[in-house]
Amino acid sequence: MTESRPVAEQLPLARLLPSDAKLAVAQGGDGHTVLTVDREHLLPVLRAFKERPELACDLLVDICGVDYPGREQRFEVVYHLASLERGHRFRVRVPLAEDSPTVPSAYEVWKAADWFEREAYDMFGIRFEGHPNLKRILTHEAFQGHPLRKDYDPARRWLLTDAETMVPEWAKETPGGDGQFETQVLNLGPSHPATHGTLRTVVRLDGEVITQAECEIGYLHRCFEKMAETHEWQQVIPYTDRLNYCSSMINGVGYALAVEKMLGITAPPRAQAVEVILSELSRIMDHCVCLGANLVDLGALTNFWYFFQPREEIYGLLEACAGGRLTVSYVRIGGLAHDVPEDFAARVRYLLEYIPKFLDDVDRLVTSNRIFRDRTEGVGVISAEDAVAWGWTGPCLRASGVPYDVRKAHPYLGYERYDFDVPVASTGDTYARYLVRMEEMRQSLRIVRQAVDMLPDGPVITDNHHVALPPKSKVYNEMEALIWHFKLIFEGIRVPPGDAYSFTEGANGELGYYIVADGGGKPYRIKVRPPCFAVFQAYPHMLVGHMIPDSIAILGSLNIIAGELDR
Amino acid sequence: MRNVPTVSVDRPPSTLGERIHLVPIIRGLGVTLRHFLRNLVGKRDVATIEYPEVKRQYSERLRGRHILTTKEDGSLRCVACFMCETACPADCIYIVAEEDPNATVEWEKKPLVYEIDLLRCVFCGFCVDACPKEAIIMSREHEMAFAARPEAIVGIEQLRQKGPIEGEDLGYRPYY
Repeated sequence: MTESRPVAEQLPLARLLPSDAKLAVAQGGDGHTVLTVDREHLLPVLRAFKERPELACDLLVDICGVDYPGREQRFEVVYHLASLERGHRFRVRVPLAEDSPTVPSAYEVWKAADWFEREAYDMFGIRFEGHPNLKRILTHEAFQGHPLRKDYDPARRWLLTDAETMVPEWAKETPGGDGQFETQVLNLGPSHPATHGTLRTVVRLDGEVITQAECEIGYLHRCFEKMAETHEWQQVIPYTDRLNYCSSMINGVGYALAVEKMLGITAPPRAQAVEVILSELSRIMDHCVCLGANLVDLGALTNFWYFFQPREEIYGLLEACAGGRLTVSYVRIGGLAHDVPEDFAARVRYLLEYIPKFLDDVDRLVTSNRIFRDRTEGVGVISAEDAVAWGWTGPCLRASGVPYDVRKAHPYLGYERYDFDVPVASTGDTYARYLVRMEEMRQSLRIVRQAVDMLPDGPVITDNHHVALPPKSKVYNEMEALIWHFKLIFEGIRVPPGDAYSFTEGANGELGYYIVADGGGKPYRIKVRPPCFAVFQAYPHMLVGHMIPDSIAILGSLNIIAGELDR
Repeated sequence: MRNVPTVSVDRPPSTLGERIHLVPIIRGLGVTLRHFLRNLVGKRDVATIEYPEVKRQYSERLRGRHILTTKEDGSLRCVACFMCETACPADCIYIVAEEDPNATVEWEKKPLVYEIDLLRCVFCGFCVDACPKEAIIMSREHEMAFAARPEAIVGIEQLRQKGPIEGEDLGYRPYY
């Protein structure tokens, strides 16, 4: 973290926060200052966090629940707060008794609480008083119970047989003849080529102008977090590949970093450099897909082909390293599964020459094309304040003028050693998001070039055999290595009890993992903070006043990835 | 956010030439024409592959269908230690062990049943990493089709290596 002294010492929290709040302040091992608050004082405390200039926590990163059936206060709601200006981070816990799991909603303070609170309600049954639309979000209406509670059987399934799905209250009402046009309710999606996955948007139309909208997500929900609880730490890695499947490497790296943080180990320098190279190439792939699909939706088909050529080449490199193209499963806790192939550096250098040609082609085709500019400029505008309030991160936030990038603000994997700039735009519209992503790809290439030039030699995985499997040559021949091997496979990695929030810059923004360990071989709780989720809660609000074709342009520019949106 | 080096990507409003479509259209047509002519008369730089006549060459790390390796006498190397079954994140391996009648040491086991549900398998290679005997490796065979779900559950006979190991289309194996 950036500050050397703990934030709790630097800031007189007791003076800054409401004086009657009974606070317990501690310094977390993950650079967060951890506060425990009772629910009566929660809202004033959260408000002080946002409004006090010394604290200035403008970004609500995440809200999640945790279930501790053994405790007197069974549930815990955990808020992660960040200040973009000051760089400090806080974790606020609120313990709740089982008989009344209710907390006041933080929606009034940060709009970002909207979907995060709905998710905590859906997964744990925690009620958020004052939330404007508290209903299930990831599971469907026929679902009974709350899947992430510890007493919920992971094998339990609920079938939704009724075709009648979510209809918002406002869509049931008949319009009251207030305009000269007849209004109608229309479903965009869930299965529509332009929704890039499965997303249902219910809109009310006045002519062709959207006057009201609501999103339904969860069509790809498979409860990654519950599956993680039933598998060993190492076994979660293939599951992370399926979060953001357009850049699966980044998810695995983020997860490995989170567990490494808990274990207090770091991957060897070579593994870190390879992770940086492959993550940045994955980011390029992700942006290629996002922009390519966005442009197809706007009728510019050729760019899709031009973008998919470099993507294909990057997949080839990933396959040569990891053995899989889409679901790479390449990282391990403590490093990489195995070393890169011998021609790795040469292939990366070839890509560095190859990719820019296609970026230039698209640039020439689209960037100053008037049709494209007319379709995207001024469409889906979001101000910097609104974007932060909705919890946006990543390229979409930077397109609104906020230069927040985890790689710069909280460097990991040695990103501080690489020289690169953060692209920002000021207009916050669809065109700005396109420009930011285009520039980010070039910046990623800069990072890759430096990383491959500095690629160190050495091992790619830690030699700590409490964490990483011993080399096969030893397993076949040495008794001790065989015993380590056996123990690690059958018992899993023993992660010391505690919790940590670790975050990296995913292709769509801040990808966070909040991990709770109980000392066993399996995670007690893993909460993923997917960047897409925060971005998409603003989507229905952005649609109002736009036409249907604009909604498609906005959707594509926000980059919907159902895998991480629905988990 | 202090001292973050930023680069502004804002663009000026369209110039007159851009506004009347002319310059961007000529530039855009130049791009597509260049690709077209290069592929027509010059170096064929076509990204598509004429599958299935032409197939992509994958690396020797590709994680495809599994192979159960055998010893020189043709018996399986597998000792039914259940490591792969334990390490499998998808729970797709099912093993029943029995005592090996030809054992050289006491209590040596071999698999009576070894089944992989290829529809459940996520081809992550964790079974290969977990195996202490190099008894399960992966081939590059990835074009698998089944007419019914039960066909996707393959047993020892389908998984066993056919002939010498060099003759197999070898994929992911233990590397380090």
